[in-house]
Amino acid sequence: MNETLSSMPFLPALLLHAAIPLTIILVYALVAIWAERKVAGFIQDRLGPMRVGGWHGWAQSIADLLKLIQKEDIIPADASRFWFKFAPFMMFAASYAAFAVIPFSSGYIGSMVNIGVFYLLAVTSVLTLSVIMGGWASNNKWSLLGAMRSAAQMVSYEVPTIATVLTVVLVAGSLNLMEITELQSGNDTLGFLPNWLIFQNPFLITAFIMFFISILAESHRVPFDLPESESELVAGYQTEYSGMRWAMFMLAEYADMLLLSLLGATLFFGGWNSPFGDFLAGPFWGFFWFMLKGLVLVFVMMWIRWTLPRYRVDQLMAICWNILIPLSFVNLVLAALWEMIF
Amino acid sequence: MDLAAILFYVFALVTIGSAAVVVFSRNIVHAAFSLMFTLMGVAALYVLLYADFLAATQLLVYVGGILILILFGVMLTSQGYTLNFREATVNVVPAGLLSVAAAILLIYAFSTGGWVITEVDERTDTVYDLGMMLMTDYLLVFIVAGVLLLVAIIGAIVMSTRLSVNTED
Repeated sequence: MNETLSSMPFLPALLLHAAIPLTIILVYALVAIWAERKVAGFIQDRLGPMRVGGWHGWAQSIADLLKLIQKEDIIPADASRFWFKFAPFMMFAASYAAFAVIPFSSGYIGSMVNIGVFYLLAVTSVLTLSVIMGGWASNNKWSLLGAMRSAAQMVSYEVPTIATVLTVVLVAGSLNLMEITELQSGNDTLGFLPNWLIFQNPFLITAFIMFFISILAESHRVPFDLPESESELVAGYQTEYSGMRWAMFMLAEYADMLLLSLLGATLFFGGWNSPFGDFLAGPFWGFFWFMLKGLVLVFVMMWIRWTLPRYRVDQLMAICWNILIPLSFVNLVLAALWEMIF
Repeated sequence: MDLAAILFYVFALVTIGSAAVVVFSRNIVHAAFSLMFTLMGVAALYVLLYADFLAATQLLVYVGGILILILFGVMLTSQGYTLNFREATVNVVPAGLLSVAAAILLIYAFSTGGWVITEVDERTDTVYDLGMMLMTDYLLVFIVAGVLLLVAIIGAIVMSTRLSVNTED
């Protein structure tokens, strides 16, 4: 027991260490939900939320959060109570756990495990299961249909995501995201471009395009938001959820968006590296650049959501199995050939 | 007891407890969801043995793949709505006798067998070592496994297309 006591000071430090991504996710979610509504508003030529807090309704998400906390936690009478209650927390836990291997700056990464990005892909595959769990436990046709669609979609799109990530891993020669980022330091490509992986190999540009399409589908964004399509399925697997449990689903969804965007920023756009070489570099500026790159990708996701219509289920599956999967594997082989020759 | 030992017992308890739910639950979907905890508990035990790559593979393949297929199978094959899908217990006597025999055998083996206890290797570079092993000592096994999987995939495609041709007739 003595050893346990001597390891106690380690525990608060561990908790503090683990809470850093949580803080980032929570602040980001408040800003992102407000930003999503403002972006939607401007794209549709209206103003979006304007009243709460004064300047452009900046406090709207905070007010919504307070409202959600006060709401009654409704559980349908015929729902499977334990799994119904459990699903939102598992979903958030799965996307939060994946942040452990994201290098937020040169000074902070949750865990330096060698399998980094592989761990991330493995942990996020649990998200699918929590969606099925929530949808099935609600005992509602819309929920179950949404959950089935979502499971089919996420399982299918995991293949091109993994294939494109594998392309980057092949070029970088490491699974550890910190090492992949360190590899991209400096500004030597063609004399002025940063050493980001997307500029290193022409097949990584195509890999990024396929990666971005896949993460749009994985995080259930338009044009691939079939699991929640309001006009067909009410709200998919979230239909029966209310109050904080629904908020947990929303939080997990936005966290997943950020996670995949940050993964994209790390794999293709140099992670925490400054685009100007040593200018504005360092741990704090690194964090700034990293979040900026991630948030730009998040913004593009919002932009697409409010611009494009939605695909049909069969089209969605055809895009994945007939186009993305073969292309991503061909791309992987071509990238390997390029690495061998040059 | 140090932290690793406490964690080991916690995860062992989770694994065994959820495995018991899988076996004893009468609702087949509950059993499938409980299987998730069993698989995750095993993954955590792998981590405690410094087999991080194996643990992540366990999560990706079993929780992210096979378990979802099981759930699909359960939900699509059950008649009517899934919440009422319950199984009856049949063949109690033969099953009980077999279980008792297996239990006696296992307890006998557990209590008389000599257990080899070795220190756990503190590895950090599991992926590199695995890759080197697969590409040198175990290359043949690796290729044979790959060919086997390819045959299985082709077989699955052939079977599913033949089925759809028949339904069109």
